[in-house]
Amino acid sequence: MSTTTTNTDTTNGTLVIKPYLRLSGLEPLVVRPETNFINIGERTNVTGSKKFARLIREGQYEEALSVARQQVENGAQVLDVNMDDALLDGEKAMTTFLNLLAAEPDISRIPIMIDSSKFSIIEAGLKCIQGKCIVNSISLKEGEAKFIEQAFICKSFGAAVVVMAFDEHGQADTLEKKVSFSHRAYKILTEQVGYDPQDIIFDPNIFAIATGIEEHNNYAVDFIEATRQIKALMPLTRVSGGVSNISFSFRGNDVVREAMHSVFLFHAIKAGMDMGIVNAGMVQIYDEIEPQLRELCEDAILNRREDATERLIAFAETVKAKGKAVEKDESWRNGTVQERLSHALVNGITDYIEADTEEARQQYPRPLDVIEGPLMDGMNIVGDLFGSGKMFLPQVVKSARVMKKSVAVLTPYIEAEKQKLVEQNGGQIKSAGKILLATVKGDVHDIGKNIVGVVLGCNGYDIIDMGVMVPAEKILQTAREEQVDIIGLSGLITPSLDEMVHVARELKRQQFDIPLLIGGATTSRTHTAVKIAPEYDHGVVHVLDASRSVTVTGSLLNKALKKNFLEEVKTEYVKLNDNFRNKRPVKQYLSLADARKLPAEIDWKNFTPVKPRKLGVQVFRDYKLADIAPYIDWQPFFIAWELHGKFPQILQDEVVGKEATRLYNDAQAMLQRIIDEKWLDAHAVIGLFPANATGPDSVQIQPENGEPVQLEFLRQQIKKAPGQPNFSLADFVAPASTGIRDYMGAFAVTTGGGIEKWLEKFKADHDDYSSIMLKALADRLVEAFAELMHERVRKEWWGYASDEHFSNEELIKEAYSGIRPAPGYPACPEHTEKYKLFGLLDATANTGITLTESLAMYPAASVSGWYFANPASKYFGVGKIEKDQVEDYARRKGWTVEEAEKWLRPNLEYDM
Amino acid sequence: MKSLQQCAAERILIIDGAMGTMIQRYKLQESDYRGERFKNHHSDVKGNNDLLNLTQPQIISAIHKEYLEAGADIIETNTFSSTSIAMADYDMQHLAYELNVAAARIAKEAAAEYTAKNPDKPRFVAGAIGPLNKTLSLSPDVNNPGYRSVTFDEVAEAYTEQIKGLVEGGVDILLIETIFDTLNCKAAIYAIKQYFRQSGRPELPVMISGTITDASGRTLSGQTLEAFYISVMHAQPFSIGLNCALGGQQMRPYIEELSHIAACHVSCYPNAGLPNAFGEYDEQPEDTAHIIEDFAREGFVNIVGGCCGTTPDHIRHIASHVKALQPRPLPKQEPTLA
Repeated sequence: MSTTTTNTDTTNGTLVIKPYLRLSGLEPLVVRPETNFINIGERTNVTGSKKFARLIREGQYEEALSVARQQVENGAQVLDVNMDDALLDGEKAMTTFLNLLAAEPDISRIPIMIDSSKFSIIEAGLKCIQGKCIVNSISLKEGEAKFIEQAFICKSFGAAVVVMAFDEHGQADTLEKKVSFSHRAYKILTEQVGYDPQDIIFDPNIFAIATGIEEHNNYAVDFIEATRQIKALMPLTRVSGGVSNISFSFRGNDVVREAMHSVFLFHAIKAGMDMGIVNAGMVQIYDEIEPQLRELCEDAILNRREDATERLIAFAETVKAKGKAVEKDESWRNGTVQERLSHALVNGITDYIEADTEEARQQYPRPLDVIEGPLMDGMNIVGDLFGSGKMFLPQVVKSARVMKKSVAVLTPYIEAEKQKLVEQNGGQIKSAGKILLATVKGDVHDIGKNIVGVVLGCNGYDIIDMGVMVPAEKILQTAREEQVDIIGLSGLITPSLDEMVHVARELKRQQFDIPLLIGGATTSRTHTAVKIAPEYDHGVVHVLDASRSVTVTGSLLNKALKKNFLEEVKTEYVKLNDNFRNKRPVKQYLSLADARKLPAEIDWKNFTPVKPRKLGVQVFRDYKLADIAPYIDWQPFFIAWELHGKFPQILQDEVVGKEATRLYNDAQAMLQRIIDEKWLDAHAVIGLFPANATGPDSVQIQPENGEPVQLEFLRQQIKKAPGQPNFSLADFVAPASTGIRDYMGAFAVTTGGGIEKWLEKFKADHDDYSSIMLKALADRLVEAFAELMHERVRKEWWGYASDEHFSNEELIKEAYSGIRPAPGYPACPEHTEKYKLFGLLDATANTGITLTESLAMYPAASVSGWYFANPASKYFGVGKIEKDQVEDYARRKGWTVEEAEKWLRPNLEYDM
Repeated sequence: MKSLQQCAAERILIIDGAMGTMIQRYKLQESDYRGERFKNHHSDVKGNNDLLNLTQPQIISAIHKEYLEAGADIIETNTFSSTSIAMADYDMQHLAYELNVAAARIAKEAAAEYTAKNPDKPRFVAGAIGPLNKTLSLSPDVNNPGYRSVTFDEVAEAYTEQIKGLVEGGVDILLIETIFDTLNCKAAIYAIKQYFRQSGRPELPVMISGTITDASGRTLSGQTLEAFYISVMHAQPFSIGLNCALGGQQMRPYIEELSHIAACHVSCYPNAGLPNAFGEYDEQPEDTAHIIEDFAREGFVNIVGGCCGTTPDHIRHIASHVKALQPRPLPKQEPTLA
């Protein structure tokens, strides 16, 4: 989304709408005065392309679509579609093709030009296109009445129209006729039909020249001159034409044809031609035409010599035999070493990087010059492409891999040089800036932080990545010792938010004055504005994702920009903070006592809980990864890579589809190796126990042997519509008072065992791409593992749904009965209950998962939670709670109210 | 009396809130929906809210009046699904024209009552034209992307019937809303143009309101906001805007973008936030009003109101929050490219 649209203008603060030709497919195409010549793809035309005609006749629409796709990939900005073939049902072919095209976002993003000499086919086409298209064409050929009727129809579909220079007597073949016919049509369209002038496009007929017939010699000149006059007379209109007509007499000689097209366009565009039907592959670059051929073409097109045709034909004979070499993929290897490095960086190719780097090193006086010269140039291109949305994150990470490998080649030389420098005069080397990144104490999640590190590293910053679970003291100490310019904090679990507030307070207390960046999945602009920014005066900025981090860092490290930037952020945050505080009182809350009167009602009298077939704790060591993989939900995987969209549709997305597909293929390849070579250890422990609710929000679990364990839950307090319960997880277990024996379960699973060794290997290889990929896959695997174990619990060990059959899609959508909420997540947001869960399952001994002081699980690829089987059980969010519940909870947990507030902070309705 | 255009030049206009949310409050049963006339209809009709125009007109009228009382300048007819295509779900396609006439009359009567009370604040009725349950740009069959469950001509015909009913029932505006497929909208525009051209009646102002379904910033049929606007510009609408799917908060960047590109007025009537885990909307009137007030302060909007989950209370709050604020000035349309 963008609000920086360039398609409107403002003068003195007033919005001005200019009469541009505006077209659209899925995306807009606005033709402004400075817009370059618009290429209209011509191969999806049965009269012009034998291949396309055959495909349509044989009903091979899939392949016909690939012809269209090729046009778009070759740079067509509008797609001409023509189905005028005597052997075809033109209306039907047009409808079928356009409907199929609508399902191909990479093609239908550009506007369509419906091209037919039969108006019924045009009408059929108009009924299939959601965007604003072009009709090609209507004319006065059959008189004014028909022209007006057809124009009205085009107008009611909102289409722009191409008007061919015809009248009742035929085609305009002289300059005067081209202009006067066009002007007559213009007056009718604007005065009688109400057409906007900018929606009118004239085609003053391009005819073949150099045919040997003398009258034809001036056709190109006539067209060019007609264009000039039409644009002067009717300045809002546009001029188009079928370019390849001009070289018709040189069919079969592509060298001459391409040169003629290019010379013709060069002059016609200067005269005001705006667009043309062109085979983008059939236009030579004007400056690169062989000078002799160019001269001959100019002679013929501008009709400068009487013998121009003969001379061009004579030349054509000499080039006829020569074919055109097909560009090979490896041709970039022929460039200079600078070009090769740049190509490798932009395309993420590591194959030759070591040799190329070495070659460059020998060319430059100092090894650092290679980094500051060609490598940074290449990365700047990458940065620009990424910034402008032409490159996507996975590509950038691959580029970074190339960069790192190259730098690794240079590092020993740089170190040696540095050593020498330091020895000589204590000199130092200055980078663009030094940035410290850390995942805060108690948190182990670092995928996002690593991506930010890579992206910033690409932009020339020195990154000091302190890793995960870094205490505030250590962050501050390192920041001071290393004299960093910026500190970036990351975190995923909710207690990390408090830890970030703590770091901000410490920065203030210790009188730091460098900016603080905040990022990570649970962080938000509002939280940063309300909780963190007020604690520290030297700049606190929330960074939404990796792509933003570059601009934010750039602004912060630029002395000229920094002050303004921080002031803007501050103003915004103060406003957010005010809004937040002003808005708060509007939600209404019930007292805990009243909320407890509205539990989820379950009719226990008529419900018999299913007794698990296997009570107690079961341990599964080294579960087969191949059995887990089919349960993977891929959508969050793409989100981790900042590619947004639904899976599997994202693979076909017109913007990110190509990159998403590549990423998916890389992921599948690595997943296969993870499975085949057993990179990761998967362990699980589950337990099913007798349980009963012993209080409104308490459930007591009775393990087979050992003391009963009492779980404490929280209840929603927000006031709801009449009849809506205020949920607590305790509602889903039969109260002891009913005398009914009920059950609950718990689980802890991990797929993070053994991951460290691989991460270290990737680090040694400077391969962040694989490192991030492995972590993302481990995250997916553990979620899949949790899904799989839950299914087996339902079907086998608890057995309350032994006959359920769901596809993976249905599992992902949670179509099944029963839930598995995790402590720390919305239904039971208080993290310390995890201790009880781990105790019941002896999870650390059984799976190797440990808990940090913030109750994050390590390895990061771990999941734990409770099982509830009651068919009425459902996921919900506790939401904000009032002080009365906090006090009650503190009593139940044996805490002080302050302790309870600390652990429940994200859920507190009130200010502390 | 001031015309719609005059009113829009003076102030930000208020359009009403959700009809469905209000109907739910009546807790109507199958028999209420059926009334006497459809007592023996062969299929269930509970949930066919548009049918209430015929069977419970007093309820629809009462809801309109609640919104008028709350300060709405424009109320929408209860005709979101009153086309032969949408009514076929209940086998009531033959009622489409009648439903539209009845709904227009109910709304018009209510509006007239309030205009009479205070002629300085004239009230207008917008004939609501919904998006249909069948779509022209998308195939319902994943294995056959070229398939369409309905044709352009069928859609245009169904809309023509609806438009005829609305216009003959007396609406002041035609409102094509909740557009997720631009081609459906283009069929409605086509029907409007043809209807007025053929009936010879003076053209009514047309409001167009699209729906951005998610954070991709696109319509369901895949268009970017600007592409969508360009595709419907030929309707020469009185206003272009967004409604439904998103809450005001999520809608902000898109409304801002529209305000930068629209040659006409800009409208915005979001849902009451995003639905919670239970599919309910719980954004409070005060919250919605704050968000909309921000839009008005920024000069983004000319017409504001609410969609799913909003109530007369929301509309009252919105109206009071934007009361003192200036509407977005219409952009200057330049005749030359220079």
